[in-house]
Amino acid sequence: MHSESETLKRRTFLSTIAASTLVPAHAFALTSAEAEKLVDKVVADINKVIGSGKSLNAMIGDFERIFKRYADVAFIAGSALGPDARGLSNSQRNRYVDAFTGYISRKYGKRFNEFVGGRVEVNSTRKVKSYYEVLGTAHLRGESPFELNFRVSNRTGKDLFFDLIIEGISLRLTEKSEIGAMLDKRRGDIDGLIADLKKAG
Amino acid sequence: MPFVIPSSRQFLRGSILLSFISLVGACATPRDSVSSAEIYDPNEAANREVHEFNRKVDRVLFRPVSNGYGNYVHEDLRMLVSNFADHLSLPADIVNNLLQGDLKGAGGNSFRLVFNTVFGFGGIVDPADAVHVPRRETDFGETFHVWGVKEGAYVELPLLGPSTERDTVGTILDFTLDPVSVFLPRPEKYVGTAANFADLMGDRYDLRATIDSVLYESADSYAQARILYLQNRRFALGVEVEEAETDFDPFADPFAQ
Repeated sequence: MHSESETLKRRTFLSTIAASTLVPAHAFALTSAEAEKLVDKVVADINKVIGSGKSLNAMIGDFERIFKRYADVAFIAGSALGPDARGLSNSQRNRYVDAFTGYISRKYGKRFNEFVGGRVEVNSTRKVKSYYEVLGTAHLRGESPFELNFRVSNRTGKDLFFDLIIEGISLRLTEKSEIGAMLDKRRGDIDGLIADLKKAG
Repeated sequence: MPFVIPSSRQFLRGSILLSFISLVGACATPRDSVSSAEIYDPNEAANREVHEFNRKVDRVLFRPVSNGYGNYVHEDLRMLVSNFADHLSLPADIVNNLLQGDLKGAGGNSFRLVFNTVFGFGGIVDPADAVHVPRRETDFGETFHVWGVKEGAYVELPLLGPSTERDTVGTILDFTLDPVSVFLPRPEKYVGTAANFADLMGDRYDLRATIDSVLYESADSYAQARILYLQNRRFALGVEVEEAETDFDPFADPFAQ
């Protein structure tokens, strides 16, 4: 028979193991229904912003909040930077992710007027390797419908999208090219890049 | 618009171009697979010069002309012009649908050609769309892709913009073998050219926010145009793209040491 304290110790040990495996266990538990739910929420929130009739600046602010809430901004920002992302100090990393998020929000948020009167339909979801692809169609006024593809993972423990692909064009890959060009202009100086990102978009 | 029997000179032109097709394989560098981020641009320096030229032409010509067209010509009229330009592209689409073995596309486009000519006032209105027969748009570049020709190197063409070696040859054939310009007599054939130019200006106007952002607001407009074109073209052709191993793993921490 085990003593009380030994049982407790063992239980703590087991629960630590359980806790440490919880994130990867959840990672496999992400289902297509969950991935689709995330995209439904993003689309609903974006539709709400479009329909709000707010000023463009207010809409950009709303878009930034949506982006921060539903997107894996650290992953998108980090992979846009590529191998240069390694070796940043914590402070640089935080300032870079912040500046990148603001840049993306301004750059794409100011195009919101193009979506007024439009809608997005979610069509299907499929598992690809370790993530899900949620396929949808955007119907914008005066334009032929086009395909959207949200890539969703839960690497952080939360379901977040880490890329948006429109007619084959990946937001992440396209921004990787642009961020690379901005960094080249600063001859690899991250702080210079951060300063430029704050003004860009 | 009366159709005329092509002269022997036109046939000669056609056969010269057809023998040109066989050179395509030699022209484009064949590569087995392509990654979504992969860029093969050995002529980047020359391409960048063309890009600067294109930017200047856009700034002084295409942008102001397209803005004028968009601002002064009513949306509905622009739509009719666009429909008509699309209608005149149908014979070339059908030829390419057939060369690709795409009978469904050829059937749909043939239906559109007849239906819209008769019920769409010669193609300026698109009632075929209302009965759910959309255009299956294609070109010689896609035909070469279907035949197994790889895209080859990236090319930026003067005035026409981003392309690849394969699609450049395709574009030359699109211009020279277009049934509308081969079989229509002058000056009728220029109506098609004018409609196409107006349609392009309409597209430049409709997409002005995107195009201006790429050409005039990005840190490297050449690289942006290149990555946007290659991704979209590969998607349109249904090219199987593989993502670079280090790039797709959403569980990898990009900031990890």
